[in-house]
Amino acid sequence: MSTEKQYFTVSVYTENNIGLLNRISAIFQRRHINVESLNTSASEIEGVSKFTILVHVSESQIKKIIGQIEKQVEVIKAYYHTEEETIYQESCIFKIKSDLLFEERQIQNIIKESNARIVTVNKEFFVLEKSGRRQEIELLYRELNAFGIMQFTRSGRIAVTKDEMKISQMLAAFQH
Amino acid sequence: MKETQIVQGQVEKTSTTERISGSEAIVKCLIEEGVDLLYGYPGGAIMPVYDDLYKYQDKIHHVLCRHEQGATHSAQGYARISGKVGVAMATSGPGATNLITGIADAQIDSTPMVCITGQVPSHLLGSDAFQETDIVGISTPITKWNHQITKASEIPEVIAKAFYIAKSGRPGPVLVDITKDAQFEEFDFRYEKCSGIRSYKPVPETDKEALKVAADFINNAKKPLVVWGQGVILGEAEEEFKAVIEKAGIPSAWTILGASAIPTSHPLNVGMVGMHGNYAPNILTNECDVLIAIGMRFDDRVTGSLNTYAKQAKIIHFEIDPAEVDKNVKTDVAVLGDAKDSLKQLLPLLNPNSHIGWRQRFKDLYKIEFEKVIKADLHPTKDGLTMGEVLKEINVQTKGEAAIVTDVGQHQMIACRYAEFNESKSNITSGGLGTMGFGLPAAIGAKMAAPDREVISISGDGGYQMTIQELGTIFQTKAAVKVVVLNNDFLGMVRQWQQLFFDKRYASTEMVNPDFVAIAKGYHLNAKRVTKREELASAVEEMIASKEPYFLEVCVEKEDNVFPMIPSGASVSDIRLE
Repeated sequence: MSTEKQYFTVSVYTENNIGLLNRISAIFQRRHINVESLNTSASEIEGVSKFTILVHVSESQIKKIIGQIEKQVEVIKAYYHTEEETIYQESCIFKIKSDLLFEERQIQNIIKESNARIVTVNKEFFVLEKSGRRQEIELLYRELNAFGIMQFTRSGRIAVTKDEMKISQMLAAFQH
Repeated sequence: MKETQIVQGQVEKTSTTERISGSEAIVKCLIEEGVDLLYGYPGGAIMPVYDDLYKYQDKIHHVLCRHEQGATHSAQGYARISGKVGVAMATSGPGATNLITGIADAQIDSTPMVCITGQVPSHLLGSDAFQETDIVGISTPITKWNHQITKASEIPEVIAKAFYIAKSGRPGPVLVDITKDAQFEEFDFRYEKCSGIRSYKPVPETDKEALKVAADFINNAKKPLVVWGQGVILGEAEEEFKAVIEKAGIPSAWTILGASAIPTSHPLNVGMVGMHGNYAPNILTNECDVLIAIGMRFDDRVTGSLNTYAKQAKIIHFEIDPAEVDKNVKTDVAVLGDAKDSLKQLLPLLNPNSHIGWRQRFKDLYKIEFEKVIKADLHPTKDGLTMGEVLKEINVQTKGEAAIVTDVGQHQMIACRYAEFNESKSNITSGGLGTMGFGLPAAIGAKMAAPDREVISISGDGGYQMTIQELGTIFQTKAAVKVVVLNNDFLGMVRQWQQLFFDKRYASTEMVNPDFVAIAKGYHLNAKRVTKREELASAVEEMIASKEPYFLEVCVEKEDNVFPMIPSGASVSDIRLE
């Protein structure tokens, strides 16, 4: 198995309980692994939460980590995926001075070309939202940074897999 | 389906509920779970529960320990000898944090334990209230599961889950933290045991194909070696295990926590593996052609360097916890499942064999170990007493019927190497965590769970003083524990490493000890000190004959070492005899 580090997206289906975030993040912390990004949300199944975690580790490491995550009582199922196996996005928002929108014509071009969306505009600032791959977001950041950014926030990765994750059947099996 | 169950539950609920306080509910839950003994220490945030324990003292007995760490180790000793869930109770803040060492020990040694802690009232959570600590946060990485209760109505379901999780599958510690307002709150109580949790599968299914492959490897093996661990004991698979190794004629070695699963005298029992294990099974780990690991986890103290561990062998791993498979050692075939069940299924697939020639190799290597190490340990000719001869004397006097509870260090390795066991669940020790101070309180719990058995606590002078206060628990409860301290006035194992690997720089390992006999007498225990060989047999005899607790200090040679030894990071086959 590859001992070379690569990016893995980890999908964890769980019960929605206080403390589980702590329990899962401790598994990475204990092994001195930095979590690149982490997102928790509802999943496609009612009452089931989903963690989407991005880490840069080797495949042998991630296999063991998945075992440790699945071992947690309130984890229903955990999977890991390579970059090729998922469709993934990140999202970001920028707060920028409104003056720039009118004074710097290039900003309007950047917004158009990057497929970013203006969320709101007022006298002082406007807010720009952009979803996409990390590189696209970083490119937009660099372009806008030349003019000045008041605030910037990027979300963690969210992802779906190309193949099916047989989680619903698993839950159905438990009910019967 | 689940919803209907809930609805049904509610229907039944109206007919059988009773309106009681949360604290009374906690005690009733414990009684429902069959708890007759628990260990703990009262304090502000748990006082309502203690008030109800007082009320129910004819049904459930609380043992007042002298420190909450002692309570956890006693609960562990109780669990390890009985197979039941041990229960420890403490108040919030320092009471709760004092449980941590025992919880971590139970986690790494898979001991079923439920810890119940009081917590400040829910409206004070997060306010840095008096004796508030985030015990759920603190205990998260060292518990199998934990939960904070802030409403009385949650108590029955959470406690039922706690016991189910602690005991099922690979056992472990669970902590339930209960705010004081939830203890006071009244609600309609009804108890139902937990029988399943949708996100938790305690025992994985056994793959029949994997079993067939495993059987095939074993049937074709010329030099098979079994290494078994505590999984055989936790799974109560001793008989199935014996049947398997006897049918296939496989020499079998144990990890420290696997000790006593089959009798020491069993002809296929070839001793302990690991750092201070026996010579033959360590050397032959790197010669066997099939290594059959059963209910063990390839701990680094067992394997030495993984790069040179059994590389020539096919590895079969019988294991209940999927996360253990391929964690340290890559297996050729893993048989997931409960040991009792998978070994029962394995038996008919095996061909009878005896492996006479291969087994002779173990006997030959044992002779070398006997000449170089064991003879001098058990039959010393030098003046100073050895730890080994004390164990030999205990073996003689108890005929291998005693449960031996050890602490951590040289005496532990000697005890595990030389203690003779006839019965399973007789070796109680801190394996994974190596918790000094474990022995004395664990022996108290073991004696209370098995009052008809002889329970002997064996400690060194270092670890003994870490939980020496539990002599008070012995005095108060009259638990007839036999307490042996093998005193070399050193932290012996660390000193041994300093001698071998740090040029004899004995940094902070020499101990100036108090009068241990006087301390024991201060607790009104019968106590004796032995300094000469000729006094040993009669002192051990007197101790074993005593119906009451008894303290025996044996002053042993100060600078003896434990051999064989695999130096840290070396290969199992590089085991040193001197």
